[in-house]
Amino acid sequence: MIRTFFRSRTPKVFDFHGGIHPPEMKHLSNGTEIAPGPLPAQLILPLNMHIGAPAKPLVEPGDRVLKGQMIAEPAGAVSAAIHAPTSGTVSAIGPRPIQHPSGMDAICIVIDTDGRDEWIAHSGISDYTERSPGELVDTIRYAGIAGMGGAGFPTSIKVNLGDHQRVEELVINAVECEPYITADDRLMRERADEIITGIHILQYLLNPRRTLIGIEDNKPEAIKAIKRACKGCDIEIRVVPTKYPSGGEKQLIQLVTGKEVKSGQLPAHVGVVCQNVGTAYAIKRAVINGEPLIQRVTTLTGDGVSQPGNYEVLIGTPVSDLLHHGGVDAGKIGRLVMGGPMMGFTLHSPTVPMVKTTNCIIAASPEELPEPPPEQPCIRCGSCAEVCPANLLPQQLYWHAKNDDLEKAQHHNLMDCIECGACAYVCPSHIPLVQYYRYAKGAVRQQAADQLKADKARQRFEARQARIDAEKAEKEARRQARLEANRKKKEASAAPTVDTAALKQASLEASKAYKAAVKAAKAADAEGAANAAELKAEADRLKEIADKAKAAVRDAGSAAPAAVPAEDVVAKLKKQVGDASSAYKAAVKAAKEAEANGDDSAAALRAQADELKASADKLKAELRDAKAGAPAAAPTAAQADPVSDLKKQVGEASSAYKAAVKTAKEAEENGADNAAELRSKADELKAAADQLKAELRDAKANAPAAVPVQAPTAPPADPLTELKKKVGEVSAAYKAAVKAAKEAEENGAGNAAELRAEADTLKADADHWKAELRDAKAAAPAVAKAPPVPTDQPKMPEASAPQALTQPLTAVDPEAAAKRQKRLKGLKTAYNMAHKQYKEAHAALERAERKEEVSADELIEMQRKVDKLKNKADVARDALDALIEEAKADIRAHTGKDLKTLKLEAARAESALADKKLELDKLASSSGEDALEALNSELKALEAEAQIARKALKQALEEQGLVE
Amino acid sequence: MSLITSTSPHASVKNNTGAFMRQVIYATLPGLAVLTWQFGWGTVINVLWAVVVALICEGLFLKARGRNVAFYLKDYSAVLTAVLLGLALPPTAPWWLTLVGVGFAIIVAKQLYGGLGMNPFNPAMVGYVLLLISFPVAMTQWIAPGEAPGFVQSLQLFAGQLPVDGLSGATPLDTFRTWAGNETELASHGILHGDLAGQGWEWVNLAFLLGGLYLISRKIITWHIPAGFLAGLAAPALIAWLIDPVRFADPLFHLLSGGAMLGAFFIATDPVSAATSRMGRLVYALLIGVLIWVIRSFGGYPDAVAFSVLLLNLSAPFIDYYTQPRTYGHSKPNRGTAGGGKS
Repeated sequence: MIRTFFRSRTPKVFDFHGGIHPPEMKHLSNGTEIAPGPLPAQLILPLNMHIGAPAKPLVEPGDRVLKGQMIAEPAGAVSAAIHAPTSGTVSAIGPRPIQHPSGMDAICIVIDTDGRDEWIAHSGISDYTERSPGELVDTIRYAGIAGMGGAGFPTSIKVNLGDHQRVEELVINAVECEPYITADDRLMRERADEIITGIHILQYLLNPRRTLIGIEDNKPEAIKAIKRACKGCDIEIRVVPTKYPSGGEKQLIQLVTGKEVKSGQLPAHVGVVCQNVGTAYAIKRAVINGEPLIQRVTTLTGDGVSQPGNYEVLIGTPVSDLLHHGGVDAGKIGRLVMGGPMMGFTLHSPTVPMVKTTNCIIAASPEELPEPPPEQPCIRCGSCAEVCPANLLPQQLYWHAKNDDLEKAQHHNLMDCIECGACAYVCPSHIPLVQYYRYAKGAVRQQAADQLKADKARQRFEARQARIDAEKAEKEARRQARLEANRKKKEASAAPTVDTAALKQASLEASKAYKAAVKAAKAADAEGAANAAELKAEADRLKEIADKAKAAVRDAGSAAPAAVPAEDVVAKLKKQVGDASSAYKAAVKAAKEAEANGDDSAAALRAQADELKASADKLKAELRDAKAGAPAAAPTAAQADPVSDLKKQVGEASSAYKAAVKTAKEAEENGADNAAELRSKADELKAAADQLKAELRDAKANAPAAVPVQAPTAPPADPLTELKKKVGEVSAAYKAAVKAAKEAEENGAGNAAELRAEADTLKADADHWKAELRDAKAAAPAVAKAPPVPTDQPKMPEASAPQALTQPLTAVDPEAAAKRQKRLKGLKTAYNMAHKQYKEAHAALERAERKEEVSADELIEMQRKVDKLKNKADVARDALDALIEEAKADIRAHTGKDLKTLKLEAARAESALADKKLELDKLASSSGEDALEALNSELKALEAEAQIARKALKQALEEQGLVE
Repeated sequence: MSLITSTSPHASVKNNTGAFMRQVIYATLPGLAVLTWQFGWGTVINVLWAVVVALICEGLFLKARGRNVAFYLKDYSAVLTAVLLGLALPPTAPWWLTLVGVGFAIIVAKQLYGGLGMNPFNPAMVGYVLLLISFPVAMTQWIAPGEAPGFVQSLQLFAGQLPVDGLSGATPLDTFRTWAGNETELASHGILHGDLAGQGWEWVNLAFLLGGLYLISRKIITWHIPAGFLAGLAAPALIAWLIDPVRFADPLFHLLSGGAMLGAFFIATDPVSAATSRMGRLVYALLIGVLIWVIRSFGGYPDAVAFSVLLLNLSAPFIDYYTQPRTYGHSKPNRGTAGGGKS
């Protein structure tokens, strides 16, 4: 009970470590009422009077402004507006010296005043409780209010904490602990009511659990005035003992609440908001009176002033104007301090303007604030540690700061120093300790910034390295994949290579044999030998063999890649084929020798060779089938099976239907009851059968589509075209009939069955024609290779070969080719563009990586972009590749040769031509005319062949748009 | 108008390091007076001579180091070192003893380390220990209490013209050390039974205590080092005395004998070589006290202030690292060296 009694009478005031009691010097200026300040001829308003982004000017030089007019708006959240403190004309916006310790200039709006002090229209809010807090925050923000205690933090931010932050205590800082300053003291004495109103507005905005005003006990009159003003309201007054720096935000919070703000945190983190008493006053003026922050109470003091006191000065008033106003003897001033003697700044020149945070100007004589005595060595007396409000060890900090041992300085919590100057004040060696700490703090910040920069650079480097590695890995992977693919291909074609090589060899030999035969025939012809025709026939036969061999080589070549899952059967077949081929070759050789020798056994040998060839061919065909069947087995089976299955099903369904019809009919005849039922069942069965039939038809239609591709290996003769036509006609007729039948069936027309029957007939017809066509096609090569007239012989290859080569090409749908060509071109362009973009982005990334100011995030973004572009390029390239492959496949399909073969053929033809030319040259001198002529014609034939090959290649390429 | 531009703060206390030192010197005066009363003018002569030697040595070395001689002499640190060493030397010390001790203290222990503020060891104690080891006989000859020689005799002693033997006698600490455990002998030596503790020295120590209290009252020193020092000395002494009063001297005897009070208030409190935080100073001084008791009770020397102080000077930086105060806004104090505890 006693305790509660005491607590109610003297509310607990806590204490903080350290602190000093410098001479207060407040009596100099606290004896007189607040007087109006001067109206200077010129006002200088820096754009950065507050912490945060400089305000954005709204006026231009030459503009007339009225008192209270906003001349600069807040730029961003942490910023404050600036208003014209009186009416006048904006004369300049540019750099002017300000009170910054570095002596740097800052951008200021300069107003030439007109002396009329003409207000802009303004009105206050009589009852702020009717307004939303947000509205009031805006009012405060646009009134340009920033912490008046010294820091100048935009007030609108401190009063707009959001709902998630509960404010336990609103602390009003009325301590004014610095010596000399009495601005808040006088303000409280004279305008306590307005201050309390301002506090009420803050309470309305923040809704704190408690509101505490901290006042030092050296201002009894102010305490009295405030107590009187807040009688009966929920504001608690905490009189704190006079001690510097009780007015430090953290110190005051500790004094009145006992709470400590954690290192590196804000008071809001412990539920406290601290506002200066002058700020509360400014808030009242802004909200209730509608007056923005254009003037403030500033103490003018020091023994260099004849009329020290407090003046309500316009923001932007040059210090010299106030000094003049206060009767300063310029000769007497030794030091001019803006702010208090403990934390203020000395001014280089009195021309700098007073700003929103200027609470005091000390014009001190050299005796009052003398030149600091020379620095003596630190004797670690520890006086500084005794007075440090942050409970630091300033002597250790000094030691480490002086030695540039920033790590140890930070370990001694350098960054918690509030630079109050208590340590330097008490230092018997007059060491400017704060200066050392400021230096060390700056170095620490610089180090941190450098570290950040280095980290960023490292990140950048690592990211770049990672990217390069990834690229390398990708390249390597691609290379490996390619190698692997090649190896597999080689492996796959390892066995076939023997085979292919053998085939090639065989083909080559067949050609040779053919050529020899031709030669022999020619020679015989020239000699008028009886067996010339025979020989010719033989040559033709050989040609055929050679062609077949070539085709075999081609097939082997094209079949090889498909034979990846080479099975034992395939391998076995290959071996057999190889054996057969070699046997055949031996036979051919023997036959040739025999022929060359004119042996009788030649024909027999030839026959044997043919037999062998046939068996080899058969084996080859088998091998081909096996190869084709291995990978394609599944699809073909799948394709074949449905058809036969369907056929079977259709058959079954049909017979079921027929049976059903029969029973139905019988039932009807017998007048059975279930006749109708049976009929409907029959109908159902019919429908099922029809459906199956339709399915079968579709399946069939799909199946034959694959067949014709392999068909046109031989030049079609006229009968073939006719047959084709016929087949087409019949097919069309059949299809039409089927359609009609289907429709009829669907409509339940009576003639459906009839139509169906007709369609079936047509189908049979079409099938028949198709079979005929197929046969004709198979027979065609033989027809085409009808023995030509001897005189035409040199032309023969020219006549037949082009046909053979160009014919399939003409079969290519020119429209599709053009389309593809177009697509190819488009894709190429797209790929080129994408690739270029990727390369550019990549280069940009490389450049950015070398730049320091680019952040890691930006780099990551760029990296992402590069990856995206790369993907795009890759996709385009893949599409392009696919299309090229397709085109190649088409070439293969149309010419029966793949591009490589075409190229190879062209090259071979060229080399054969060259060889022949050489031979001709050689023979020119030694041989007879006939031989020469023969050679010449041969040469011509080869030339023609080469040309054809070239042309075919070119055409194929052009056809598919592959020409670069 | 030429304005002074400087960083904040723009005001400072009017005193300075020199004033600090002078205060300490003034505070030794009661002790000096009692020493003179008990043991004659020897100590005064020692102190004056030591000051002269110190100023000369300091001045020469400041000049050699290119420093502002007058400015640095005015910090009175050399004078204080000389005074403390002069007080610690026996009143029978000849002039050369003081010269060697002070010269070594100033030149080697202070200037060679970089002058004021840079010396890791207490210079006065370095000089004292040098002399104690080099000239043990001259350093242990104290005058018997109550037999103070006259001024002329003191001068003769100072000049080395008078044999010391006739005047000297064992100190209470020496006496107790010699007869510890022998109850009858201890009882028979009157020097051990003054009004409070050992004869003569009880008053000397009380005088230094007085001066020390003055320093605390003037906030020249804080209470931490003297309190730690005396507690560290008294506590083990009390325990041991309670266990075996014949073998071990009582705490009051310890506190009021030899250099206890001089050490507690004037020697161990040398801020330069002491630990610096409050807790650090307590630990530092406590260990000095304990060490003194240990050496007094078990060691080969009758007194041990100099050795103990020097040993703890060595440990001061280490102690400092582990006794940092809790900074505002931090939940616990930092410990160890930077990077040692963290990261």
